[in-house]
Amino acid sequence: MVSLILEARGLVFRYAGAARSAVEDVDLSLGPGELLALVGPNGSGKTTLLRLMLGTLVPQRGVVAVLGRPLAAWDRRELARAIGVVVQREEATFPLRAREAAMMGRYPHMGPLGAPATRDQEAVDRALERCDVASLSDRWVGTLSGGEWQRLRIARALAQDPRALVLDEPTANLDVAHEMELFELAAHLARVDGIAALVVTHHLNLAARYADRLMVLHRGRVAAAGSAADVIRRELLESVFGWPVEVTSWHGTPQFIPLKRSEET
Amino acid sequence: MKWVVLGASAALALLTAVAVGPAGFAVDPVTLAIIRDLRVPRALLAFLVGGSLAVTGSALQALVRNPLADPYLLGLSGGAGLGVVAAIALHLGGPWILPASAFLGALAAIVVVYRLGVVTGAVLDTRVLLFSGVVVGAFAAAMMGAIMALSPAAELRNAFVWLLGGFGSASWQSVSVFAAYAALPVTLIYLAARSLDLLTLGEEPAQYLGAEVERTKRLVYGAASLLTAAAVAVSGTIGFVGLVVPHAIRLVWGHLHRTLLPAAFLLGGTLLVFADALARTVFAPVELPVGVVTALAGVPVFVLLVRRWSR
Repeated sequence: MVSLILEARGLVFRYAGAARSAVEDVDLSLGPGELLALVGPNGSGKTTLLRLMLGTLVPQRGVVAVLGRPLAAWDRRELARAIGVVVQREEATFPLRAREAAMMGRYPHMGPLGAPATRDQEAVDRALERCDVASLSDRWVGTLSGGEWQRLRIARALAQDPRALVLDEPTANLDVAHEMELFELAAHLARVDGIAALVVTHHLNLAARYADRLMVLHRGRVAAAGSAADVIRRELLESVFGWPVEVTSWHGTPQFIPLKRSEET
Repeated sequence: MKWVVLGASAALALLTAVAVGPAGFAVDPVTLAIIRDLRVPRALLAFLVGGSLAVTGSALQALVRNPLADPYLLGLSGGAGLGVVAAIALHLGGPWILPASAFLGALAAIVVVYRLGVVTGAVLDTRVLLFSGVVVGAFAAAMMGAIMALSPAAELRNAFVWLLGGFGSASWQSVSVFAAYAALPVTLIYLAARSLDLLTLGEEPAQYLGAEVERTKRLVYGAASLLTAAAVAVSGTIGFVGLVVPHAIRLVWGHLHRTLLPAAFLLGGTLLVFADALARTVFAPVELPVGVVTALAGVPVFVLLVRRWSR
């Protein structure tokens, strides 16, 4: 049996002063080579769940284990060598060159001082190549387009040499081609490199086509989890998203179409 | 190449500062004594203080992710100053005590500023933080004014002269006091260089790249308070070095702290040595407070900075 990279059991988290839990009794497991898509309406607890999985929030109940070890037993440097994360929004305060930014992915492998070693340079080269941003090395990150900046941040996460990759809405603000490229990259990293990938996204149809499994969060609870066929179901999506939909199929994968008011039957 | 230019400028500044003065430069016992006991320690102290202020400014800017942060604007200098004035008023003078009471003042200031900064929400808003710094600085200045107004004339004068900032009382003792207080925090900040790089990305991304954010923040705020306190205790409040120097280095050297910090130290030291040399020679035998010189030079640069930043 292949051991799990990320595992959570019975997570409960309520923000101070909130009326209900942001995350309520959530289980999640992610193995090597697996692409898991986490979907759900705005405010359904997706980002909170990620923060619980990554140790920036501590659950009131439940446990998280990374590579079989409880999260509390990891320090930040170790964790950064195991999991690469691309958060939703990030802005560099001071200008950086693209390559310098990607090199920060090597910091958890480097000492406090001293120049990057050959091994670090090579890891950065590989990661930049991988995400198709090697030609941007000398550009200031402030001058990159949304898609380039996104791919650079994934390159930085890959430079960490992680076992798992966590991407929080990586395709927000990207056009169709960049969005597709990003899903292709994530799927490739899972399939070919055996990286465990957890992707938060609003693109259910793409998630259904690329991900091995989907998990739908609704008001902090898991409303459904499993294959595309388990999740892309009319009643389920209508109740979770509160909008009428029709489910159809594209080459055997279920896809959904939100209906116009005039199309409702 | 850049390091050579920077090192040469530092050497030039120190040599110039040692060579010039009312007694001129000559090889006779009196002049040599002046050079050994007055000019050399004075130049060294100015260099160390300038370097420390620049390092402090660089680290604070990364920590609050704002290019306008410096010990002065964040209220650290004010808190340290209040600590010193209070110590003088309570007759607690003495070269080793003053930095310690300045440290208490600076620490109190940063705690208040930080609390005010997070008051508006769970997340620290750097604009609110800078605003709080200015408010706390103003409060400290008012308290210093009140203490001095209520003090006997002699102490008033002592406190006032000290407050304007300067290296007129520099001695080998003040050099050793300052070096003793500054060595550890400068080292600690330098060892945090990579964490500071990461913190400029934001606290959450920094954590995911391996930075222990809370520990780094405590360490750097503590070190910055200690450095500011030591600087204020030996030379009064000297503004703008901590603000302008890091920015100048960032422009030509980039923003990675492993090089930014030592480069800022060298440039900060160099500039303050020059500023002090100007302060004591331009209107000789009357000395200008060195803080006046740095402010006169720093305000225009600050204005430029704000314009760039707000665009």
